[in-house]
Amino acid sequence: MKTLAELQAIRDKARKEIEMRAETEDGIRVVVGMATCGIAAGARPVLNALVEEVSKENLSGVTITQTGCIGICQYEPVVEIFEPGKEKVTYVKMTPEKALRVVHSHLMNGEVVTEYTIGASAV
Amino acid sequence: MFRSQVLVCGGTGCTSSNSTKIIEALKEQIREHGLENEVNVVRTGCFGLCALGPIMIVYPEGSFYSMVKVEDVPEIVEEHLLKGRVVTRLLYDETVEKDTVKSLNETQFYAKQQRVALRNCGVINPENIDEYIAFDGYQALAKCLTEYTPQQVVDVVKESGLRGRGGGGFPTGVKWSLAAANQADQKYVCCNADEGDPGAFMDRSVLEGDPHSVIEAMAIAGYAIGASQGYIYVRAEYPIAVHRLEIAIQQAREYGLLGKNIFGTGFDFDLDIRLGAGAFVCGEETALMTSIEGHRGEPRPRPPYPAVKGLFEKPTILNNVETYANIPQIILNGAEWFASIGTEKSKGTKVFALGGKIKHTGLVEVPMGTTLRTIVEEIGGGIPNGKKFKAAQMGGPSGGCVPAQCYDVKIDYDSLIQIGAMMGSGGLIVMDEDTCMVDIAKFFLEFTVDESCGKCTPCRIGIKRLYELLDKITRGNGTMEDLDTIEQLCYYIKDSALCGLGQTAPNPVLSTLRFFRDEYVAHVKDKTCPAGVCKHLIHYEIQEDKCKGCTLCSRVCPAEAISGTVKNPHTIDQSKCLKCGACMEKCKFGAIIKK
Repeated sequence: MKTLAELQAIRDKARKEIEMRAETEDGIRVVVGMATCGIAAGARPVLNALVEEVSKENLSGVTITQTGCIGICQYEPVVEIFEPGKEKVTYVKMTPEKALRVVHSHLMNGEVVTEYTIGASAV
Repeated sequence: MFRSQVLVCGGTGCTSSNSTKIIEALKEQIREHGLENEVNVVRTGCFGLCALGPIMIVYPEGSFYSMVKVEDVPEIVEEHLLKGRVVTRLLYDETVEKDTVKSLNETQFYAKQQRVALRNCGVINPENIDEYIAFDGYQALAKCLTEYTPQQVVDVVKESGLRGRGGGGFPTGVKWSLAAANQADQKYVCCNADEGDPGAFMDRSVLEGDPHSVIEAMAIAGYAIGASQGYIYVRAEYPIAVHRLEIAIQQAREYGLLGKNIFGTGFDFDLDIRLGAGAFVCGEETALMTSIEGHRGEPRPRPPYPAVKGLFEKPTILNNVETYANIPQIILNGAEWFASIGTEKSKGTKVFALGGKIKHTGLVEVPMGTTLRTIVEEIGGGIPNGKKFKAAQMGGPSGGCVPAQCYDVKIDYDSLIQIGAMMGSGGLIVMDEDTCMVDIAKFFLEFTVDESCGKCTPCRIGIKRLYELLDKITRGNGTMEDLDTIEQLCYYIKDSALCGLGQTAPNPVLSTLRFFRDEYVAHVKDKTCPAGVCKHLIHYEIQEDKCKGCTLCSRVCPAEAISGTVKNPHTIDQSKCLKCGACMEKCKFGAIIKK
């Protein structure tokens, strides 16, 4: 390493890996239901797709975490998005492809993908 | 990209309670569940809460698991990592409150702490330089080399008010400017990682948890004074610290952060490790440098000071590990930031190693000026078993005791000197009412007698005589004249010993004499030990009316001093009794008393 730019590059790359260890209080929380019902319905590929895409797009202030069963097993895989000061959005019957769209539309542009939400599905 | 990271403490404390096996089991279980591409296991340095080890934190949830056993690992992997259900029974109880999980930083242990020197310990993987760089590592070195002149670096350190964390509290910036002002063909930067004070382990913790911060700071020091070579003198009893330092130095060299022409600025700096054999005196600066040179570790008179004639007779600066760990933060955040923490004459934070009769044994870092009461009662969780605080020994064998009446003294360099103790390296041993202060003074003197290098007479013979006088008192043979002799001898030794070891050795005696003279008098005049510790002044008795004749005491007595027949009261033969107290501990009827 001979330049400052090289040091910055290593820092930026490494920072993504460790970002989750910093305490974020006011960021967006993306929660994936990973109980037996969720896993059986394919929640893990969804979770991984979310993690990969958020990292690829360099989104900061987004925490992706998992939770247990929230009781709507027939709608699994379920992804809930909590944003400070906004109502919780619940996406149901998710797939890795749908997850990508949620990242781009909801997390990056603030537009809820209404057709994937539980409201649309229950009708 | 990992969706979850499991941080497991790999400090010496948690390693000794099996954290290595836990990491192995974790990795195996994670593989079994096919999670190896989703969950990353990171071995970190010390979290500080050593009493609760082995410690594990799972991110992104930030769940803090304490006292984890190998058998708990399958449950953690299956429940938490696979299904996302936090294993509540393993959570540190202070983080659990009415069904919600609090952040670790809100717990009593961490809430009042401010981590500067320990900021990366327990957060990064010390064996991975990228993680250090991610937390702004080597940015301070880059800033110094590209934006500051050496003189400006010295000025920043001076203005920050940083004082040596190894004990003496000498202003670091002044030390640097003295060495910088001396012209020589070669200068040296040394790091004192010989941490000899029993009970202090913050330097080990920094080296184990954040070795790059010391390397970076030493390179900065090299630039400031014009040195191209550094030595880290670390004791061989710290194998994990040595191992991680070796890895860190190697990684820094590979990245070109050590070596020739760093950042293309023409500045050269390299580091080597020297292992110490564990002599207490080698923590004294002149003895340490003599040892690096390859000679027997003995001190020499000062002046000349190391800044003039140090290692290999060249201008040298020698700073302690914790001092160095503060440097990169001072450069990055500015001298004003650092100077805004602490008291008027003691700036910044200080790490204390809590030990003895305290609930949360471990490492804490607090702003200078925090009271002893806050450290012991709030952060340390108080004294176990409902006992009362009696005193705290600060500064190890060179320091003194701080009694209960000074519980609210704001701790900094000067206030401690005023009450006859000293900051030392920050060892803080808490004592409760069951501690005999004469015995404690004797204990520390026994240590310094052992560790005296023997070069100068006041230390070699004076401390030995002092020890013998204390021993005489604990045996109940002391006279009141002895107390005066002790005090006089203490001052003689302080005034005439060659190095810091001898000059400070009488401190535990002087401070206990000052605050607990009545205990000394009780030993001398009444031939009693008020705390019931000194074996020659206590004896055990069996109360006839309470003894049921169960024979348990006679069976546990290692000296066969207890006789009696079944269902009849037993008696202790005082001439045989070793005063080990085993009988009293075992008696189910409270029939045995200590007098």
